Amino acid sequence: MSDESKSWALHLALITALFAAQFVLPPYHATNLARIMVLAVFAMGYNIAFGYTGLLSLGHALFFAAGMYGMGLPIWLLDWTSLPALLTGVVAGGVVAGAVGVLALRTTGVSFMIVTLMFAQAGYLTILYLNTYSGGDEGFVVTARIIAGLDLAADTPRYFAALALFSVAMIGCLILVRSPFGRVMVAMRENEERSRMLGYNPFAVKLTALVLSGVYAGAAGAAYGMLFGYVGASFAQIQYSILPLLYVLLGGAGTVIGPFLGAAVMFYLIDIASGYTSAYFFVVGAALVALVLFAPKGILGTLRERGLTWLP
Amino acid sequence: MAAMIEATGLTRHFGGIRAVEGVDFSLAQGEIHALIGPNGAGKTTFVSLLSGRIPVQSGTIRLGEEDITALPAHIRVRKGIAYTFQITSIYPRLSVYDNVALAAQSRGAAGLKTQVAGALGRVGLGDLATQSAGTLSYGHQRLLELAMGLALRPRVLILDEPTQGLAAGEIERFKTLVSSLTPDTTILLIEHNMDVVMDLATRITVLNFGQVLATGSPDAIRRNPHVQAAYLGGDDAAG
Repeated sequence: MSDESKSWALHLALITALFAAQFVLPPYHATNLARIMVLAVFAMGYNIAFGYTGLLSLGHALFFAAGMYGMGLPIWLLDWTSLPALLTGVVAGGVVAGAVGVLALRTTGVSFMIVTLMFAQAGYLTILYLNTYSGGDEGFVVTARIIAGLDLAADTPRYFAALALFSVAMIGCLILVRSPFGRVMVAMRENEERSRMLGYNPFAVKLTALVLSGVYAGAAGAAYGMLFGYVGASFAQIQYSILPLLYVLLGGAGTVIGPFLGAAVMFYLIDIASGYTSAYFFVVGAALVALVLFAPKGILGTLRERGLTWLP
Repeated sequence: MAAMIEATGLTRHFGGIRAVEGVDFSLAQGEIHALIGPNGAGKTTFVSLLSGRIPVQSGTIRLGEEDITALPAHIRVRKGIAYTFQITSIYPRLSVYDNVALAAQSRGAAGLKTQVAGALGRVGLGDLATQSAGTLSYGHQRLLELAMGLALRPRVLILDEPTQGLAAGEIERFKTLVSSLTPDTTILLIEHNMDVVMDLATRITVLNFGQVLATGSPDAIRRNPHVQAAYLGGDDAAG
């Protein structure tokens, strides 16, 4: 089998397995998996910026929240129906990422981390400040949750909606990273000066990658709010910038399935550890230390180095 | 011959160091023009000004009829000025194929595989396309750098010490390759190996302390007493 068909086979097998999982898993785990899939879309978006293009952002909570509020506010304030609200959320993620990118991409490295972090904190505080319109700290419940006759509040449609989003996002990511533009994103990460002298505008490439990343984050935020019925300021907090970074590092930066794997492992690590101790972040921390020591390229990054060189 | 690149009064200082000071320079269409001079004469700074890697302090640069002095480097590359780095600058973690593909696709992704195979074939790296570039020998990395320059299909190719670190056989191959590029591509060559310079160059410009010491044919440069004093060090070193 060629490398290309191997990689398609692997990704389609994952989608098939997730499709089948709905019929075998108990409802509790099926709902968890739906959450994981949506968070994995967020992490895939993060991976486009960080894993492939080398942009270490600490502000992705802002793009996730932009998607969530972009979806939720039109429903809450303007009585929109679900589908246009959802699409608005996706667009909002991209637009906010573009606006932040135009300013933040004047910096690189640590400065870029700090500037994106500041933007995200400013966004979070803005949501709290405008609590008349945003629901502030308490947030609000999403009432319109029906698309094409499917009630997304029910377990099965919700699971399949999450799977549909995840599948589109993953295949989109696979096509992107195998495209000529995907190669240029990696080139920017590897050697920006060389790329400039091959005729690529670093600013334009990085901005495009960040906007795509924002679209993914926005789609994930909008879907999360709609599928689980709640929009709140806590999703704009710093931990929602850190989580996708951890998912990506754990699963393997610069791999297409890594973000899903990272999200799943981290989610269940927290889920299981919190059943035993209230200090479950201690377990998470220990796992991350082990990761950095023994597999700094993440699970799939390590496998790719040890033989699975065809892994995209 | 029409001038491909015309630079007038180019100046660039770094603090108190006058790296390039009021250089007038003309690169004729289709020639192989060598730029020589002692270490620190300003050769790399000068071509960095031409390629846009370093902004010009004063002076103007024209490419054909167009003033490109204010254009950023990546636009100049797209307009046909390619630069190969003195210190090998490839993507070590990407495959040889991807390295060249990145160069080729910046002019459009159509027929990418053929273009990449063509560029790699010309420098003799066709068999190594799937290797990761970082594992190549130094000499092969230099050739890869050159293949990336070729894949840009430039009007002007600036080669910054391309034969440094190449074995004798590879240098012969390199000379044949560079001669075959003209007259479609105009070559500006920075080179320390005088055999290469004298064999290839149609014209030579000598830089010294950031200024042009002399410009002329290889013979004229060899006979120029100022050049001998400053750089070539007498008849026997002129080779």
